[in-house]
Amino acid sequence: MKKYLLKRILISIATLLIILVILFLRLEFMPGSPFNDEKLTTAQVELLNAKYGLDKPVLVRFGNYVKNMLTGDFGVSYTISKNTPISTLLMSRLPISVKIGGQAVLLGTFFGLILGIIAALKHNTIWDTLTTVISVIGVSLPSYVFALGLSYTLGFKFELFPLLYSSKLPFESSILPTISLSMFTLASIARFTRTEMIEVMGSDYIQLAESKGISGIHLIVRHQLRNALIPIITVLAPLIVGLMTGSLVIEKIFSIPGIGSLLVTAIQSNDYNVIIAIAFIYSAMYIGIMLLVDILYGVIDPRIRLAKEESHE
Amino acid sequence: MSDTPLDEKMIFLEGDFEFVPREKGVHIDETFSNQSYWKDVSKRFFRNKGAVMGLISIAIIIIMAIIGPNLNAYTYDAQIITQQNLPPRIPVIEKLGIFDGSEKLYTSTGIIDQNKYISEDGSVTGLEDVYYWFGTDVLGRDIFTRTWVGTRISLYISLMAVLIDMVFGLSYGLISGYFGGKVDNAMQRFAEILNGIPNLVVVTLLIIVLKPGLLTITFSLMITGWIGMSRIARAQMLKLKQQEFVLASRTLGAKDFFIIFREILPNIFGQIITNTMFSIPTAIFTEAFLAFIGLGVPVPMASLGLLISDAFKSFTTHPYMIIPPVVVLAVLMLSFNMLADGLRDAFDPKMKEM
Amino acid sequence: MTDEKKVDQTTSKKVDQMTSKEKILSISDLSISFKTALGSVDAIRGVNLDLHRGETLAVVGESGSGKSVTMKAVMGILSSNGVVNSGKIDFNYSDAGEEMAVDILTLSKKYMRSHINGKHIAMIFQDPMTSLNPTMTIGAQIMEGMIWHKKANKREAKKRALELLELVGITDAEKRMKNYPHQLSGGMRQRVVIAIALACNPDLLICDEPTTALDVTIQAKILELIKDIQREMNISVIYITHDLGVVAKVADYVAVMYAGKIVEKGTVDEVFYDPRHPYTWGLLSAMPDLDTFDDKLYTIPGSPPNLSHKVEGDAFASRNIYALNIDKRLEPPMFKITETHYAATWLLHENAPKVEMPSALKERIDRMLKEANENGE
Repeated sequence: MKKYLLKRILISIATLLIILVILFLRLEFMPGSPFNDEKLTTAQVELLNAKYGLDKPVLVRFGNYVKNMLTGDFGVSYTISKNTPISTLLMSRLPISVKIGGQAVLLGTFFGLILGIIAALKHNTIWDTLTTVISVIGVSLPSYVFALGLSYTLGFKFELFPLLYSSKLPFESSILPTISLSMFTLASIARFTRTEMIEVMGSDYIQLAESKGISGIHLIVRHQLRNALIPIITVLAPLIVGLMTGSLVIEKIFSIPGIGSLLVTAIQSNDYNVIIAIAFIYSAMYIGIMLLVDILYGVIDPRIRLAKEESHE
Repeated sequence: MSDTPLDEKMIFLEGDFEFVPREKGVHIDETFSNQSYWKDVSKRFFRNKGAVMGLISIAIIIIMAIIGPNLNAYTYDAQIITQQNLPPRIPVIEKLGIFDGSEKLYTSTGIIDQNKYISEDGSVTGLEDVYYWFGTDVLGRDIFTRTWVGTRISLYISLMAVLIDMVFGLSYGLISGYFGGKVDNAMQRFAEILNGIPNLVVVTLLIIVLKPGLLTITFSLMITGWIGMSRIARAQMLKLKQQEFVLASRTLGAKDFFIIFREILPNIFGQIITNTMFSIPTAIFTEAFLAFIGLGVPVPMASLGLLISDAFKSFTTHPYMIIPPVVVLAVLMLSFNMLADGLRDAFDPKMKEM
Repeated sequence: MTDEKKVDQTTSKKVDQMTSKEKILSISDLSISFKTALGSVDAIRGVNLDLHRGETLAVVGESGSGKSVTMKAVMGILSSNGVVNSGKIDFNYSDAGEEMAVDILTLSKKYMRSHINGKHIAMIFQDPMTSLNPTMTIGAQIMEGMIWHKKANKREAKKRALELLELVGITDAEKRMKNYPHQLSGGMRQRVVIAIALACNPDLLICDEPTTALDVTIQAKILELIKDIQREMNISVIYITHDLGVVAKVADYVAVMYAGKIVEKGTVDEVFYDPRHPYTWGLLSAMPDLDTFDDKLYTIPGSPPNLSHKVEGDAFASRNIYALNIDKRLEPPMFKITETHYAATWLLHENAPKVEMPSALKERIDRMLKEANENGE
């Protein structure tokens, strides 16, 4: 377990470093220098370069860069909100995105698990078919199709929910975005849970448990669900990425002032510093979640937790 | 012990108790001779209604993508300023009162019924003989033509996804799994690190370097699209390379290359096809998503994502604009998913029959 | 020319009563089919079997002959697409001093789990690598059944689990209790599976190829272990196997299954030394043997019939070099040879031509008989 943990942590750090290198290289070589304003004279550019430490050796600059990124000093925005520190921009927006993303994960995982379990237990019945249809649709349709559908019907036609996000009604106006965003998670989890549960239900050890006389909830929870959950944990990480991607669109549709919509605006107005800051935050969050999932996986699966140190592969 | 009694009504015929004349020579086993693996697979596949429907829908969409843009006189980029925001109008069907070019406008004063093709007071609009089957967009372009032109982009993306899966993912996984040891270790660490970078970030960074467009989308698929396939190929390889037939082949002196592509590949074919089908919707979605956040193909090109994104801006006033691209996209995604599901069940029946 | 023949069915039943052995399991006319995407498969086509307390029955046959399916039906763990078309599985047991007689096929799944499974019928599966729950400790899995059936509280269950582990020959039981399955070897795991099966003192133990997945050296030990336990606890055992070597070692009675039917059954001596069905001849001839000097191992030609098609006549006819014309038309009934020995082949009909078993097999059996006599003395 120690070796497994160490390996996971090292890989996470390596990944983060590589992302930082890529971001740094882009800053070094790619167009879009902060000082390519034609009105500035060469002397002024040099002065600015010195001021921001851009005349130091590469490694020093990289060191500084890493330090800045890790401490949340992402520089200033150029176009969206001139000269505002990006960390200030992010401060107000990150919690909203995390809130809606978190709600969507919880909602999707919970109902996905329930649907998947029902489908597996009622295998080859109408419930199974129904769940399969729901999950195929959920996996197939991009979240903005749901968002558009929901906002047109529930929001626009029936006026049950606010059409756009409003900070005055933070909960009510987050319902539609949360539902739209959670559909993919819900459908994927339902589908995966069903497959895993059916696989586990057909396994020899379930037959052994049944031949011991175990049945009912105890059989489902202790023997089936627990073994089915192990692989389900592994799909959580990719789902989180899907959620990040989805949030860009969803935040745009519902005008949510989160980092997703900020990224879209930044891309559209070529605000490179903001783009890079958000790309870094997304990467860091994703790597963190992957690490967490890997650790969770190790804790739940005794085959990893108790793996002999030498056979860590 | 109990036993089955002889049935009293059993009637014996002459010659019943004589030996069946035996043909000389080799005994031919005919029990399973009329069953082949592929026959079984296709039988199972065609029994799956969802999968067959998916296949048919995909075929129809491909045909429409090829001929659709030429079915009327409009081109995807011709803007006719006088014919902006026209609702769908289809000959013959218009007489039924639907698709007759009328639309309801929700305004602050209430709902207005209007028809821009034919004015109610009898004045000439100049559009009496004009038909836009799916209507026109805000710039007066034919949505029908644009939808099918946009579908071509999605199909191109699907093709790219398949190629990338097959070329990168498959070889990467097979090689990594086959050679094992240090090679595998290094290759897996590399894939793991690459996989640790969210797709979204890869795409965003690419966009900064390259101009938005098909090339960028293709690149971004190339960078991360193959990892899923490589994992499956590797896992299968690890499982299969231990088996006797591979060992036998190796003992007979087969080269690595031969073993990988002639001995092992055919055995994991089913899973590869299935996984490829599953990666298509993801790729299509990537394009649609990029277009929606403004990073799609450049104007005046059309892609389904771009059409949806454009139509979204006026979707509360002219909802008809968003329907064709959304429907085609949804049907395409759904069909590929159902096709992939069907293929998986056909290749691996154990899931269905437990 | 017509010919009719009757076999008195009642005689065999009388014997059972006369010998006053306690019948524990009686399967009659069992027929099961499976619904698959490629149509219905008739896996079991009328099986009759009896088993008495303390005795050992071996069900022998190729893969797909229906031996496992029959036993899963007894266990009440048929997969959901399995349909019982007809038949009865009568099971006699005593519960809290009360004699019970039930037809397993009519019991609800719930009743089956809470009253029969584990408590009265237990099962040992083929592959110990997959039959233990990977996320539960060995101890928890052994104790689970006892606690579930309220046979013991946690402390008693633990004590009993330790005893069982020692009984099945696992040393250091206290430590092993906390282990997970992946930390044990295949042989050890099978011992654990046996311990689990014995946890609630079952009356009937079904062993589905208990040694196939194990090393040859461990096979003998496991068989010996089951035999010892059987003697000690006076339980009945059913072995499902395709390994005639195992059968010879452990069984009192043998039933040979082919294509979802029993084609020959009798005591182990009858079936081994006086086989009557051509399929049994084939099976015995195909058994590897140190004394046979042929350089080629005998195999039965062809493969078992595809049971998704309806079987016309005798299912074995197409592979049978002694096939009669009637085999193509009518399914042979069970012909009685002795009170305990039956075989389903038209060759036993009085009008059939006289056929001897292949001479190579005959020599082999003679040799085996001689050895058995020598060993006996």
